[in-house]
Parts: sequence; C-alpha cells; structure tokens
Amino acid sequence: MKLMWFHLMPYTELPADFRERCSSVWIDIDPKLFDPARGHLMYNDFMDELEYAATCGFDAICVNEHHANGYGQMPSPNLIASSLARSTRDSALCILGNSVALYNPPTRVAEEMAMIDCISGGRVIAGFPVGSPQDTCFAYGQNPSMLRQRYYEGIEFIQQAWTRDEVFTFDGRFTKQRYVNVWPRPIQRPHPPIWIPGGGSVETWQYCAEHDFVYCFLSYFGYKVAREQMYGYWAEIKRLGKEPNPYRAGFLQFVGVAETRAEAMQLYREPAEYFYGRCLHVDPRWVVPPGYMTEATIRARVESQMQLAAKVSAGGGPSINQNATTFEAIVDNGYVLVGSPDEVADKLREVALDLGVGHLMLLLQFGNMSKELTNYNTRIFAEKVMPQLHDLFDDQWEDHWWIKPLPTPQRANAQVAA
Amino acid sequence: MSEGVTTTTVEVNGHACRVWTKGHGPLLGYLPGIGGLPQWTPFLDLLARERTVIAPSLPGFPGAAGHDLLDTHLDWLLATYDLLQKCGLAGADLIASSVSGALAADVAGVWPGFLRRLTLIAPFGLFDPAEPATDIWAQRPGHLNGLLCAEAQTYKDFVAQPDTVDPIEWKVEQMRALEAAARFLFPTGNTGLAARLGRIRNDTLLVWGEGDRVMPLAYAARFQAGIAGATALTVIPVAGHLAELDAPAPVAKAILEFLR
Repeated sequence: MKLMWFHLMPYTELPADFRERCSSVWIDIDPKLFDPARGHLMYNDFMDELEYAATCGFDAICVNEHHANGYGQMPSPNLIASSLARSTRDSALCILGNSVALYNPPTRVAEEMAMIDCISGGRVIAGFPVGSPQDTCFAYGQNPSMLRQRYYEGIEFIQQAWTRDEVFTFDGRFTKQRYVNVWPRPIQRPHPPIWIPGGGSVETWQYCAEHDFVYCFLSYFGYKVAREQMYGYWAEIKRLGKEPNPYRAGFLQFVGVAETRAEAMQLYREPAEYFYGRCLHVDPRWVVPPGYMTEATIRARVESQMQLAAKVSAGGGPSINQNATTFEAIVDNGYVLVGSPDEVADKLREVALDLGVGHLMLLLQFGNMSKELTNYNTRIFAEKVMPQLHDLFDDQWEDHWWIKPLPTPQRANAQVAA
Repeated sequence: MSEGVTTTTVEVNGHACRVWTKGHGPLLGYLPGIGGLPQWTPFLDLLARERTVIAPSLPGFPGAAGHDLLDTHLDWLLATYDLLQKCGLAGADLIASSVSGALAADVAGVWPGFLRRLTLIAPFGLFDPAEPATDIWAQRPGHLNGLLCAEAQTYKDFVAQPDTVDPIEWKVEQMRALEAAARFLFPTGNTGLAARLGRIRNDTLLVWGEGDRVMPLAYAARFQAGIAGATALTVIPVAGHLAELDAPAPVAKAILEFLR
C-alpha cells in the first residue's frame, strides 16, 4: 500500500470567534484576517513539513488547489510542487489537482506539470479534479453549467498535448488552439499517472474506469462516511468488468497518532476542533450553484434524501453527524483517527481493506497544528505505523498508476533533502 | 392546469420545447423569469381575456430541453429567435420577465421589426458594480423564494410539486431551469446588453416591482436611457422581482393598457 502525506495548508490563526465574525471560511472570508507576515511563516513551516515527510519515507507528498479559502492556502499547487521537486528526491509529487476547467487554454496545466515532471525526474502524479463549486464557480467565476464539459475537454487536450509527437491543432468546443506544442515534454510516458478526486458521482466512477484513471475520494469526514462512496465505486468497477485492483483508488483520512491513546487524545483535540469548528465553517450559499451537479447526481441525492427522511420518520436517524465540532464527536464519527501506533495501524489496515484503497492519503497536519506537533505526528507514524501497513496489497496487486521516475544514475545531482 | 390552456411543442436545435397557449385576440408572447413556468398563472389568465397568450419554454426551462447545447450568447439568441418564430410570435407583442428579459431585449435589437411592442419585467442583461443585482446563484437553501417574490410563500406555491408528478423529476426540472438561466447569465447577469440597447426601436414598457430584492429599480432608468424606442416605466407596489406573480392584476392591467 502507498502511504501519502497530504497538506491542505490551513491558515492557523483564525480567531476564536471566527464563526461569529465571518459567515464563511471560503469565498467571502474577511481579507483583513490574512496577515502576510504570518503567512510567510506558515508557508515556510508547511513546506518544511512536506519536506520532512519526504525524509521520513512517505511514498508521496501531496498538494492541492483551493481559492479564496482560509483552510486551503494553495491557489497554485504547482508553485509548491515545483519547489518540492527540487528539495526532495524520491517521493512522488502528487498534485491534486489542477482544476483543469479554470485554465483556458489548458496548455498552461500541461506545460507546468511537464516542467515539474522534468525537474523532479519523473515523479509527478497529475491530479485533475473538476474542482469544488466554491473554487471554480464562485472564486473563479466559471459557469457551473459548462464546467464539466470544459473539464472533460481540458483533460482530453492535456493528454493529447503530452502524448502526440507532432505539433497539432485542437479544435475543441471550448478550446481552440491552432498550434499545440507543449515544450518541455513530461518524462513519464505516455504521461504522468492521472488521478481524479471526486465526490461520489456515478459519472466520475465510470469516467475513471473508462479512462483507466485513479479515483480518489477526498473527504474531511473520515472512513465511515466514505463507505457508501467507495462501495459504490467498486460496484461500478465490477459492473464494468474491470479488475478490482485497490490501486485504482485513493482515500484521504485525518490521523493523529502518539505513543498512547491518552496522549493522542490530548495532543490532537485543539487542532481537530480548530479544523472542524473554524475551517469548515462554510456558508451554504456557496455549495450548490445550479448546473454544478449533474442531473443524474441530483436524482440520486433527492432519492437518497427521501429515503433518509423516510428512515428518520420511521424512527431511525442518520448514524453520522457531519456537523460535529467537539473532539469526542469528531473521533467517534471517524473524521480523525486517533490513537497509539498499533491502534492506528490496525484501524487503517481495516479501513484500507474495507474500502479497498491502495493509495492512502494522510492528513497528519490539520487545523492549527504546530510544526513541532506535525513533525511528531509524521515521525511516529512513519516509524511505528507505516511498517505495519506498507506490505498490504503488494502480494496480490501491482500499482499500475504509480510514478515511473528516471533511474537514479540519470537523475540530476541536486542538493536535496531525501 | 388552468382550463383552456393547450399544450404543443416546437423543436429548437432538435429538442422539443413546450408551448402553452390560451385566450383569443391578437397574439401576445410571454417568456417567464427565473425558474420558468412550472404551472400556468393567474397573470396569464388575465392577459388571455383580451389576447391569445403564447408562453413558450426556452431550452432547459420547464417542458423544454437542449440548454446544454448552447454555449455562447449568440447560441442563446438564435435559440430564442427560433423558438419565438416557430410558435408564431414573429410580429407579435412580447412580454419577457427577469432572466428572459435579457434575451428578449437582444432579439428585439438584433432583428429589428421581428417583434412589435416589448414589455420587460425587471430584466437582466446589465450590471453595475456600484449597484449590483443580487447574486441569485449563491443562495442558501430555500432563501430564493423570499428573494423572488414579495412573500416567500408566493414563489413556494408557484413551484410546489403537484401530486400527479414524480417528485424527483419535478426537482430535477426546477434545477434544470435554474441551470439554464445560469448558462447564459452566470455570474453577474451582464450579457453586454448595455452596448446594444440603442438597437431596440420597439415601444417598450418596463415593469418593476417596487420591492424587487434582485434587480435594483435604478436599472430601469438605464434601460430607458439606452433603448431607442419610446419607453415607459410602471412600478408595481407590493411586488418583488417576479412582479407578475406577486401582483398579477396590476401588472396585467399595466401591460394591457400599454398594448391597447
């Protein structure tokens, strides 16, 4: 199994009364709350943490893209990834994503990822999320009704730009470019592995299966909520006659590990409550612009809501509260997996087998966690949890969706951390 | 459904678009506002006493498909023109409300003589950052009802699911209608119409709900200043953005007087 260290880069100094002062952490968060001098320290801490994770032996370090967002300060993941390409040597650089529809022409995405693949010696995982409605429609003003059509076309464009060995014309519905010629070319052939973060729509599952892309379920609500999504994904994979290789899937889990469970409960209370209390304070007005959800997804959700309403009226309510903000509820609901190394390893093994995920992304920094605590969490995970999990799946399955870097003798002799 | 309403369809870009017709007398077209026309309304009944009211659905609005084929403003204008022509409204008077107003105004300007007299009820199409229209695309669940009408219950009743309809498909149809409008208006509602208002030579009545919480009344003056034809403004008391739902009688009266 691959163990991947994921950073959101949250602003760590949102005020205690943030929920009362601001209507949302996203889109209309008060710009005056951002202190650039503190931002300087945060970015450098965060990049130190990513680099430290690489030295600890994580298979990948992961960056992602958010805009106008107080809990995700990477509007350009490529900027961070390009720096990490220089400062790390072996870990994969998992860029989740670029939101392709935001960039027209998507040539820029193809070029930048190819650059990072070259700089890193072929270590890029190219993530292409459709992007959240907040990031795409509200922060970037993209039309929700055309977003997916642009997105699919953008990925098609990038694949062609990476793989075609001649200058070509792309006369798409949205992108029209007379001369497409991405220079440099990515090291990995035919192209870096493509991973698709998704929210659980059947169309995305089918799209990933048909194109042989990895499907990643990235949720902040842990393994319990993920079951329905991942079971649905595997059912669709089976229906399509594809092999159920766990490396077709990725999943994100918050983890806080310490020498004992008691210590973990003490250490991770504040950052968890900070994240779920302040960072996830998102105004519902930014959640569903018309057209963002496909009609198939609307049908499925309305149906699910009706079933849930029927269940509640029959006396059985939902088992997961997605609004928990107290640490006990956060842990009980499985948002954050907390415990001793053995407890965490046992649970993650169980989760990985249950969900069938070979790519486990771990949020070991969350909320306002300090660099010291983050590095402690990272180190103890690497030393005591990772060895208990690394062998999972490898006796049965090959990861066809992993990086293919240049052999070491061909790699640049850069001064790097690990 | 109100008695006497007939349902037909016309094809636009290969997709069926529903056309509701009722009344007698000279033809009068009606393009509804946000959310389209999930049901016939008392306002249309009042108009139908004197006119043959024809209410076609734009692509994606209730009863019509094909909005996802339309990518550009030109696509939408051509679809609107085709729709109006195919349901017999060439040369007729036309009322267009809210989101549809942006398209109707452009059709009138781009094809001079195609429409006769024009009524625009709180139309979209312009945007002034100093006095922005409300962002109808970014609303909390259930909040839109209170924005569109003076009383939230009025709009809630308008879109209430009839017992005879599949609840899931009803919801999908409403979301599709909101999406269709977003497709040509997101994010600000500005279609660049300001630069083309001078092409509109039709006599034009502007109707505005006094309590419009979506489109500021100040925009009426911009339309009046820009449109080349003769214009008049009627402000309807105790009415919101979809004034014809809030105050059907005063709005119908003002329009019928304008058309006489």
